[in-house]
Amino acid sequence: MTTIVTDNCKNCRFTDCVSVCPVACFHYDDEMLYIDPEVCIDCSACIAECPVQAIYEDDDIPEDQEHWIEINAEKAAALPVIEEQMEPLPGAEERKTELGF
Amino acid sequence: MDNLGTDNNPLLVAIVGSGPSGFYAAEALIKSDVKIKVDVIERLPSPYGLVRSGVAPDHQKLKQAINLYKKIADTPDFNLIANVMVGGDISVAELRKTHHAVIFTCGAETDRKLGISGEELKGSHTATEFVGWYNGHPDYRELEFDLSHDIAVIIGQGNVAADVSRILSKTVDELRHTDIAQHALDVLAESKLKEIHVIGRRGPAQAKFTPKELREFGELSDCNPIVQEQDLVLNDESKKELEEKSNITNKKIYDLFANFSKRELDSNKSKKCFFSFLLGPKEITGNTSIEKLILEKNELSGEAFKQSAKGINETIEMDAGILFRSIGYRGVPISDVPFHEGWGTIPNEKGRVTDTDGVIVEQLYTGGWIKRGPSGIIGTNRACSVETVRCLLEDLDKLNIETKKSGAEGIYSILNNKNIRHINFDDWTKIDTEEVKHGEPKGKPREKYTYVDEMLSVIN
Repeated sequence: MTTIVTDNCKNCRFTDCVSVCPVACFHYDDEMLYIDPEVCIDCSACIAECPVQAIYEDDDIPEDQEHWIEINAEKAAALPVIEEQMEPLPGAEERKTELGF
Repeated sequence: MDNLGTDNNPLLVAIVGSGPSGFYAAEALIKSDVKIKVDVIERLPSPYGLVRSGVAPDHQKLKQAINLYKKIADTPDFNLIANVMVGGDISVAELRKTHHAVIFTCGAETDRKLGISGEELKGSHTATEFVGWYNGHPDYRELEFDLSHDIAVIIGQGNVAADVSRILSKTVDELRHTDIAQHALDVLAESKLKEIHVIGRRGPAQAKFTPKELREFGELSDCNPIVQEQDLVLNDESKKELEEKSNITNKKIYDLFANFSKRELDSNKSKKCFFSFLLGPKEITGNTSIEKLILEKNELSGEAFKQSAKGINETIEMDAGILFRSIGYRGVPISDVPFHEGWGTIPNEKGRVTDTDGVIVEQLYTGGWIKRGPSGIIGTNRACSVETVRCLLEDLDKLNIETKKSGAEGIYSILNNKNIRHINFDDWTKIDTEEVKHGEPKGKPREKYTYVDEMLSVIN
């Protein structure tokens, strides 16, 4: 069992998820967030917070997003932790509308 | 005197309750750029609140949140004062003298009542009691649960109702290697339950489970999850709710119920767990202990996302050997701290405690369930406590008074004068180590001490 950030986070990076993460398992780069599967406790608090529904449990992940499982693990291991909510990326609101949310 | 929040005059904060909200408040304070000393006061010898004694034993991964709490506890500005009851061993008035600010993160310790006749009959329990009991909480150690009946009923369809019904639906083999208390495992091993009924006031589109928890009912080794197909028929407003893109959680839950309803019954499994909807408890009947539950059929009214359930004067009767109510939780009032009787919380504005007229009470703050009511999961409390600490730090100037505060030393002297035994985080670590050691031969992550005296004797 693991929890994964997928496509929709790209160019949004709203980071609402970060404020409810009980174990600070989110990492970030200029585009999006990634979950460290070694630290995440699968509490699923973040899933409901994401305004663009980018976060899935692996039980539940759409097939075309499955490659993110590996990417999250790899990226999280190399990138810094984000512990507090940040401003969304410029254009995040437009991207959200584009995604139908 | 140096400015408050500097090396020679640190801000002294007492936190009441060492559950997740208390730890997240401590974390936010310690990580701030103000110089702080935090004293977390805990009623039991053991910290971690509901992560230890609420989170179900078969959800060990969730309990790993403790790894983070240990890191917070390891920081030099954190101090645990455990086995001390605020409002008993030490008063809030005393804490206001020893510390600049007090944060109450003491959770919601009691259940809401159904308010129906027969609720006090033997065999009618609160989910809180059962959860505390199987998790080895000392307050519930001596309780007895009679599982020699065929049918158990759980009233409520939230996270706790899911835990209680899943624990009752599992085999002992599915629980044996968790940190479930041995006394509970022994009683569950003798369980004769064949049916577990989980009853919701509203419909399948409004159940408050998390999809992950509900999915687990499809994976039980000796129990069939059952939903009646006719129960899945929705009114227009509920359909609208599920069509709303942002309401993906309830959609997932509904789909899981639909999946359960289509499953073929596995005749090799000896138990059944029924999910039933639109039913409100009206009366519990029985001579000395509960025998039957009378339920009134409900219908939903109101617009989408604001639908409420109302009885339609049509009742059904079901047999029930044991009943657990799980319809909400309330905090317990603490002397000298305002309390909202209706909500069961401490009245507050973003975490600043107010009196019942909304006037801010200086020095007092609150976080977690006692602040906002029993909603959300572990992580929700992080955002909640962070908000409280932000307010507290904004008030730094107001908290800056000329009198020197004595902090932890002040608390110790009050407790020592009253001969009250208190323990620190290192003491707890000794208890923790022993628990883990006792769990090892059984293949359990730990075997909990379930009496306060047992815990304290480890340190002697």
